Amino acid sequence: MPLDKPYKDVPGTTIFDAEQSRKGYHLNQFCMSLMKPANRERFKANERAYLDEWSMTEEQKQAVLARDLNRCIEHGGNIYFLAKIGATDGKSFQQMAGSMTGMTEAEYRDMMINGGRSAEGNRHLGEDGDAQLHRQPQGAAGRKTLRE
Amino acid sequence: MARITASVYTPHVPAIGAALDLGKDQEPYWQKVFSGYERSKQWIKENMPDVIFLAYNDHANAFSLELIPTFAIGTAAEYAPADEGWGPRPVPKVIGHPEFASHIAQSVIQEDFDLTIVNKMDVDHGLTVPLSLMFGNPPKSDFRWPCRVIPFAVNVVQYPVPSGRRCFALGQAIRRAVESYDEPLRVQVWGTGGMSHQLQGARAGLINEPWDNRFLDRLIADPADLSLMPHIEYVREAGSEGIELVMWLIARGAMADVAGGAKPKVVHRFYHVPASNTAVGHLILENAR
Repeated sequence: MPLDKPYKDVPGTTIFDAEQSRKGYHLNQFCMSLMKPANRERFKANERAYLDEWSMTEEQKQAVLARDLNRCIEHGGNIYFLAKIGATDGKSFQQMAGSMTGMTEAEYRDMMINGGRSAEGNRHLGEDGDAQLHRQPQGAAGRKTLRE
Repeated sequence: MARITASVYTPHVPAIGAALDLGKDQEPYWQKVFSGYERSKQWIKENMPDVIFLAYNDHANAFSLELIPTFAIGTAAEYAPADEGWGPRPVPKVIGHPEFASHIAQSVIQEDFDLTIVNKMDVDHGLTVPLSLMFGNPPKSDFRWPCRVIPFAVNVVQYPVPSGRRCFALGQAIRRAVESYDEPLRVQVWGTGGMSHQLQGARAGLINEPWDNRFLDRLIADPADLSLMPHIEYVREAGSEGIELVMWLIARGAMADVAGGAKPKVVHRFYHVPASNTAVGHLILENAR
């Protein structure tokens, strides 16, 4: 019997379960290595060469190089591991979280100051909240990426 | 005998630690967060515990994917603040209580909770930010935390994470363990993490103020019923990282009323949005003396 995964119908959300963890094992362990200052320096000096030391998939490596956290998560990354890349880049959790919404840093910060994202319409797939697939990207940063 | 005097509930948002460490705590944005802890700092000065049993989650710092303990109790003499990638927080090392922690481990494991025993680990923002919120960052002239801490790490990162019901039952076992320890220690149990927040994907930034406040109401009035809430409700209503709130049920389960004693006194309740990505809900419950 397959495991029950009721969380599959929450929009814009990937639950880090055993399946994701298996997929992302080497990606996440690469992230852990960035907790050591010497490894952060080596990664910054030549990102591609450092990534090639890990048995990650090419998609995972490209997602890291592009700092595309949504793609990293799709390929098994978990935000607490991926945060090590952000920390190496000098980014805060707010900047990292915001980068996944298509909003600019200012747009995301303003949303949070104004009470955050509402759960309305964002509880189940197929509703009409701002986190639903048909309403992406949400902000000016995402629209700019689409134009490029 | 040792005794649980109170429980404290607070988020452990890393940006709160950074705001303190970088001296930004007087900025209006952060003042709104810290103002909710003024009363708490005064209260804890007047009600200083000997030991804090601190339930938190490690955020891929002490534990990678190599080893994922569901419940891990620290029995070490001391713990260093972790380098999470930004460099370690400039806060004192955490002093443990090996004898008392080992007693709790023995008692709780013999009640069928299969804890992992940890003799060496670094502690991340999940543990140190609550200390900073409740005590302020210790000054250079007296660079130490004012009491001992037993770190209790709960896996809420990789599913399956423990249920609210299991956390609540564990809290009750911890109370029995504390009360069977011979030394007359004053013990507080802290539950940290939450409240509503999501750090990933198109739904990042989710906050659910009505749900959070109902959670606080139910945590005070009927925690046994609250503990039956399934994971999916936390995820749907409070965001994927809102699942951290199951740890609050450990602290709540350790209070006297759950074992037939008097209802706790609500010393302090505070709610504010936002701290970075997160809703700050904070509660202090005191057992009758």
